[in-house]
Amino acid sequence: MSHRQLSDEEAREKAQELRSYCWGFGLAAVLTLIPFGLAAFTQIATATLYWVIGVCGVIQIVVHFRFFLHITLARNKREDLQLILFTVLILTIMVGGTLWILFNLYYRMMPSMIP
Amino acid sequence: MSSTPIRHPGLNLGHAHAEAHEASESLVFGFWVFMMSDLIIFGLLFATYVTMLGGTAGGPGPGELFELKSAFIETSLLLVSSFTFGMASLALKYRTDRKVLVGWLVVTLLLGLAFLGHELYDFHKMFTEGGVPSRSGFLSAFFALVPLHGLHVTAASIWLIALLGQIAVHGLDTQTKTGLMRLAILWHFLDVVWIGIFSLVYLGGTA
Repeated sequence: MSHRQLSDEEAREKAQELRSYCWGFGLAAVLTLIPFGLAAFTQIATATLYWVIGVCGVIQIVVHFRFFLHITLARNKREDLQLILFTVLILTIMVGGTLWILFNLYYRMMPSMIP
Repeated sequence: MSSTPIRHPGLNLGHAHAEAHEASESLVFGFWVFMMSDLIIFGLLFATYVTMLGGTAGGPGPGELFELKSAFIETSLLLVSSFTFGMASLALKYRTDRKVLVGWLVVTLLLGLAFLGHELYDFHKMFTEGGVPSRSGFLSAFFALVPLHGLHVTAASIWLIALLGQIAVHGLDTQTKTGLMRLAILWHFLDVVWIGIFSLVYLGGTA
């Protein structure tokens, strides 16, 4: 027999998890297609396009964390979430600091380096 | 809500795999710590890339080197492989025979290898157009960031082949199961990093 004998509860859990992966895949596909479609087939203003790419990217990252990596706000997984939040804090300080200092330097000393 | 007590990121195996479920709590959490430190490396390489965007030194820039079409193909391959790995995780959790599990894992591996093949072809094309790492600060930053992701995918593929070997030799014992749980996290995580790469590098570069 290919399936284990699943209890009702397990069968429900299985259906729920399968739905979760399908939702994640569908949402991720839409969030990928929007920026690629806009970039390839339309002539919208570059600034608007950057915003769309950024917002879709961030939402898609959240979708992947939620549906593929199963990170939720549930109470029993606080440590994992805290680790993510700490990582985000470190990244904000180091990435933000790098961009701030280097672009400030470029502005003052090498204006040609500002894209 | 689900009856399985949730112990770690990724799909939780639950009661039916009691031993692996217990073992995976600390193993997967440890792996998650590694994953987050890896995220910091990628975050800083992204920052380096952005600061080097203006440093093309008269060489080819993002507009000349990047193609939207190949970035889209690579994105699709990686996204589908993430989904197929999810299906493999479900097969591991709910089925006793290995055929479905191994089938999904092989599909995932082939998608990962197709991604790598396409990426190498891309780099080769960039090289023929003069886009070599030593040409400019911009290209150095690009080749520090994107191939590092490619190396991660290569390592994950080798790990997947090793796990397929473990399944063939030892069957689905606790070690194989926890190995699969960790590889699933790595695989999904690499797809998350790729979101940053296709948004910032490819879409941002060609827009």
